[in-house]
Amino acid sequence: MNDALHLSDEVVASPLAIHGLTVSYDHRPVVHSVDFITPPGSMTAIVGPNGAGKSSLLKAALGITRRLTGDIRVFGEPYDGRSRRVAYVPQRSSVDWDFPATVIDVVTMGLFRDLRWWQFTRRHHRDMAMESLGRVGMEALARRQIGELSGGQQQRVFLARALTQEADLTILDEPFAGVDAATEKAIVEVLKTLRRQGKTLLCVHHDLATVRDYFDHLLLLNVHRIAAGPVATTFTAQNLQETYGGRLGDVQLLRLLDEATQESREC
Amino acid sequence: MEAWWRALIFDAGYNTSLVTLGAMLLGGGAGMIGSFVLLRKRSLVSDAISHATLPGLALAFILMALVFGDGRWMPGLLVGAGLSAAAGLWAVQAISHRTRLGEDAAIGAVLSTFFGLGVVLLTVIQSLAVSGQAGLTGYLVGSTAGMLAAEAQLIALCSLLLAVGIIVMRRDFLMVCFDPVFAATNGVRVQRVDMLLMLLLLAVVVIGLRITGLILIVALTIIPPVTGRFWTDRPLRVVALAALIGALAGYLGVTLSSVREGLPTGPLVVLASFVLFLISFLLSPRRGILATLIAHHRFKRRVHLRQGLLALARDEAIFDDLTMKVLRRQGLIRRDGVATPSGWAAARDAEHEERLWALHRRYYPEDAAQLDHRGLLPIERVLSPDTIMVLENRLMSRRETHP
Repeated sequence: MNDALHLSDEVVASPLAIHGLTVSYDHRPVVHSVDFITPPGSMTAIVGPNGAGKSSLLKAALGITRRLTGDIRVFGEPYDGRSRRVAYVPQRSSVDWDFPATVIDVVTMGLFRDLRWWQFTRRHHRDMAMESLGRVGMEALARRQIGELSGGQQQRVFLARALTQEADLTILDEPFAGVDAATEKAIVEVLKTLRRQGKTLLCVHHDLATVRDYFDHLLLLNVHRIAAGPVATTFTAQNLQETYGGRLGDVQLLRLLDEATQESREC
Repeated sequence: MEAWWRALIFDAGYNTSLVTLGAMLLGGGAGMIGSFVLLRKRSLVSDAISHATLPGLALAFILMALVFGDGRWMPGLLVGAGLSAAAGLWAVQAISHRTRLGEDAAIGAVLSTFFGLGVVLLTVIQSLAVSGQAGLTGYLVGSTAGMLAAEAQLIALCSLLLAVGIIVMRRDFLMVCFDPVFAATNGVRVQRVDMLLMLLLLAVVVIGLRITGLILIVALTIIPPVTGRFWTDRPLRVVALAALIGALAGYLGVTLSSVREGLPTGPLVVLASFVLFLISFLLSPRRGILATLIAHHRFKRRVHLRQGLLALARDEAIFDDLTMKVLRRQGLIRRDGVATPSGWAAARDAEHEERLWALHRRYYPEDAAQLDHRGLLPIERVLSPDTIMVLENRLMSRRETHP
């Protein structure tokens, strides 16, 4: 109880504050002593090379996998994996899409935490699920078997399931991996709408080219925290080189930064 | 035949009716829990559990025979069976978690070891000078003849409690089966729910010992869910249907076995559920053999229709007889092969859709590769409206640049 006294205001306001988080598999740390305070109302990207521990960081923060050390707080409250204020969108490859379920069945699962066992799934639950499906442009496919969906449609279904939970913080693990361009656009629109409503988004992201367009905050991660802050000041050549350990080609880097200088000139 | 009919309408005596009711409740419970276990992809665990009951059963018999002189008291036997089944379950989990062996290897090892131990104990029992040794074989293949009313009541009551327990837990089970990671972020304790799932499975297996026997109980947890899967694509309906099918199998099996003295209950229950499976396999409207054949036939016609329409749109000659027949049947061409007005309209639509599909393949190759319809279904049934709009706009702008 004592430590609640000296929490900084920043931590209390933050929808997800991570302090000293270490995750290790068989004595090999995949995330090492990471601190990160998610700014409220931000759209934050977690960026880093493959194996940098991006997904592990989120999973450990959410209490899905075990963490070695670390303190996780949601709006200043200690977080043990169950908070109504947090919604999670896993990677779509994490489930078996041959499961006997329709699109609406999966989206309705987002409402299960509010349903007691004696309650039936009623019309207004169904309506809420349909409303979420509408926001991702999928009402027409509500009765479709999930095994018949394309990758982009699967991702939209997962996003719709999280939308039903009306959380303050939505955490997404690689939402744009392997989806078509129309889906990417639709998802970004939904996320930006959420941010306009004052919600916070935290996203594992792998496409450096779109970081500037989609996000306003950035956490660069490669096992350790490399840098964090607003995209405008954090998305720099030096930070990127440090994160990717020189694996980023010069051409690629030049192009990314070219865009950056152009934008700053426009400003 | 008449005897079976009397059993079917619960007119073959109080005991038979009670046993029938107990078997139906058991079948229902086994179907429900079996569905969740199937969806969790752990169906074979029930095989390990059921075989692991034998040593406990035999030990409980020996113990009771030594203390009371008769080892046939059913609740005592079931407690023994339950304890050794729990040990077997624990062994399977320990092996698959703590070693590099997969769960299938662990199941094989535990199943054979426990069953072997059980058989050795059975031979020990045969050499003992106690009464009621023959009663134990009833637990191997199931026997309801000579079951006491109190035993049938116990089975019915436990099955009912189990069914209620499963209904209470249905949403947690469903979430854990489909997406355990998401379940965990929704406050579901995944490991505990998994453990409860296995314990309920264990309870079903132990309660079912007297009716189907330990070798065959696994059929009741697998066949009804698989049969239910034929009839629906929705998760909780699979569970409900499996319960119905399991209950029906129990009903048919027990009543049949009551027809003549010495007919084994377990095998008849299992055969009844297999017959239900076979019927579903042949006749199910979605995945049945018959439906698959019809669907293939329809698919063939759809391909011919599409090819015929595209040929019309491109003014190519059609040589294929089936294509001509399909087009003529739908009134799209006349007898002499010239397109009717509705034929022209349909051909234009087909051509337009084909262009959209071509654009889709070109701009979203990954997405298109995942769709196995390959442009044979109406496009609005496969793609979301906004994607279609993007494609339409692309098509429009291309027309403007290449008129």
